[in-house]
Amino acid sequence: MHHWQRSKRKSAGEGPWAWLAAGSVATSLALLALLLGLLAVRGLGHFWPADVALVTLDDGRQLAGRAVKEAPLPGREARERLYRDGNRDVDGDIWEWVALERIQDIAHPEDLVVLERRRWGEFIGRLVAIETASGERFSGDAAWPALKERLAVVEDGRRQIAQLREETIQPLVRRVEAGQASAEDRAALASAQSQVNARQAALPDDTLVLESVGGRSLRQPLTDVVRALQPNAMGPVDKLATWGQGVWRFLSEGPRAANTAGGVWPAIFGTVLMVVLMSIFVMPFGVLAAVYLNEVAHQGRLIRWVRIGVRNLAGVPSIVYGVFGLGVFVYGIGGHLDDWFFASRLPSPTFGTGGLLWASLTLALLTLPVVIVATEEGLARIPESQREGALALGATRTEMLWRVVLPMAMPAMLTGVILAVARAAGEVAPLMLVGVAKMAPQVPLDGEFPFLHLDRKFMHLGYHIFDAAFRSGDVQAAMPLIYATALLLVVVILVLNLTAIFLRHYLRGRHGTLPH
Amino acid sequence: MTVMQHTPSTSGALIDFSAHASSLEVRDFALRYGDKPALSNLTLRVPRHRVTAFIGPSGCGKSTLLRALNRLHDLNESVSREGSIHLEGQDIHAPEMMVAELRRRVGMVFQVPNPFPMSIYDNVAFGLRLQGRMPKRRVDDVVEWALRSAALWDEVKDRLRASAWSLSGGQQQRLVIARTLAVGPEVLLLDEPASALDPISSLKVEELIRNLKSTLTLVLVTHNMQQAARVSDYTAFLQDGELVEYGPTDTLFTNPRLARTENYITGRMA
Repeated sequence: MHHWQRSKRKSAGEGPWAWLAAGSVATSLALLALLLGLLAVRGLGHFWPADVALVTLDDGRQLAGRAVKEAPLPGREARERLYRDGNRDVDGDIWEWVALERIQDIAHPEDLVVLERRRWGEFIGRLVAIETASGERFSGDAAWPALKERLAVVEDGRRQIAQLREETIQPLVRRVEAGQASAEDRAALASAQSQVNARQAALPDDTLVLESVGGRSLRQPLTDVVRALQPNAMGPVDKLATWGQGVWRFLSEGPRAANTAGGVWPAIFGTVLMVVLMSIFVMPFGVLAAVYLNEVAHQGRLIRWVRIGVRNLAGVPSIVYGVFGLGVFVYGIGGHLDDWFFASRLPSPTFGTGGLLWASLTLALLTLPVVIVATEEGLARIPESQREGALALGATRTEMLWRVVLPMAMPAMLTGVILAVARAAGEVAPLMLVGVAKMAPQVPLDGEFPFLHLDRKFMHLGYHIFDAAFRSGDVQAAMPLIYATALLLVVVILVLNLTAIFLRHYLRGRHGTLPH
Repeated sequence: MTVMQHTPSTSGALIDFSAHASSLEVRDFALRYGDKPALSNLTLRVPRHRVTAFIGPSGCGKSTLLRALNRLHDLNESVSREGSIHLEGQDIHAPEMMVAELRRRVGMVFQVPNPFPMSIYDNVAFGLRLQGRMPKRRVDDVVEWALRSAALWDEVKDRLRASAWSLSGGQQQRLVIARTLAVGPEVLLLDEPASALDPISSLKVEELIRNLKSTLTLVLVTHNMQQAARVSDYTAFLQDGELVEYGPTDTLFTNPRLARTENYITGRMA
């Protein structure tokens, strides 16, 4: 039977149509590979500590940086190359175009250092000396080891301060803002604040004496340095370790410098949490609606119209749902919730402003048709004989639904959720209206009661990309991070989908597939 | 047609059931799908603890009649009916008759085996668990008893937790019978139970049917004349939604009273 079908299909698929179809598939796959490849190379390449070139020009001037791209010089048979040479505080920007014909020499001296800083971006140049607050001075060969050692101390202190801020100060501040703080809370806040100040003061107040390859010197406070590298002196193993560290920081830390540097952890967390909440909201509604349409309702003209309506809802542009969510959820329901339960905090809104809850509900609404359609198709595929079998054993309609029909439709429901997740995780437009934030370093899930903060704004990978690409001052600088974030968004959606697919596979595998 | 209704052989009421009274009684029953009549003016009695076969050409209404016996037509809103059906003297359409209870008393096995996507054990226990919580030991006992009654126990006793869909078609059909037996029915309706099976599985199911009649009333719909002759004690021949002839199987097959019956049995259908 199977064999017969296969041979028949094969014969129908020969000829030019087969080539056309295969060609379309190949093109789609190639484009997909190109997309992922571009994102992976540009995004992940950003974390690789590439060698720094010391370029000597024909007039004797020197610059140190990493080549980004080349372009033809307008009107001439020559090309120029763009170097990213950092040092915004010295040169005014971090880019330098150099005509190839002017380059006399390119070297990779090992003493070039790359400093990642909280302000002014990267510094590329030479480390002359490090001066401690107590008057010690390490210069020459002693400078680099001393810098690494002092930097580790600074990092440690910074981690402690961040922890204190997050675990002690932030919850207290929120309580004060909400007007619920007791006298003890205020005292605790004051003492925590002074602890932070003390730790801040205790950080080694060292100064780095730096010199750019162009000969300009610079004094840099050590506390502003995030990372120090000598990429030209590093072997491949060291570089790989640094690369791994960079990727890990990107995944685990919050953003810096107006989202153009640092990590995306809050955005990853916000995206996943919102999608999970959306799935929790959309599942019961979608399934119940599908059960009603397919199992309960009289299959008349009205139901046919409702079904057409539901399918068409899936095509409504997402921004329309965003406007609906803003009007109904945020201002309507949220506004009333504030009036009734959070009147003490007004005029600052609690639920009457965009937040995690409203964003999840808006996306649940957006994906509801997808879940309904998928579930309905699953229900329609269940053979009538299964239903009759249950009824013939004395099951009521409800028992039949719960014990036979819904378990059998579970894989179809999960297909619906997979489609919903795929659609919702990438949506940005409606979120901008109902709760996404440019900067919300506090994730909406923490140790403070009620643990899940549905009223908080959250960060989202999709919006983060938009923000870094179109709202940041220096798009060129943020570009690698945009690629990395885009890759991450794809990976997050993939992981969410794979989870649902494995779950579906498990449910199907338990008792075999439906007989055809 | 009016003449035939008064012909003694067409009226089930006139068959001599003195040794065993009737279990099901159909009185002046008629059924329509929308505007289309499917059954008309049916009256017959099904004897207790015997196998009664419904035979007839496709579309004659034999499956429709079978499904009317446990009210499976209730699901279809376009179906309307007249007349009555009585189970042990009780009108099955009476308001005090719970339809779930009726279906427990009148079990049904379908043409294509329809085990649920659960383990073999859970399939058999399905009907029991519908009746409320029960000690596990008791469920175990009933499952074993039902599987033994369906002559399936020896084949599946070592893999009760395996998926029911891993069984062969014949085993699945016996599993479905076991599942129905587990809820303790009085009547078992079988809608061409062996037509989707290979000859050997088919014979096993037939043997099972013969064995079950010591405790159950069985009603069998079949296309297979030999099967009806081998298995049943009584046979009803239906055509165009009407009962043509009804009598003891050996009489009906060897010495049919009407030419229409004889034509059908011998394969000379118009």
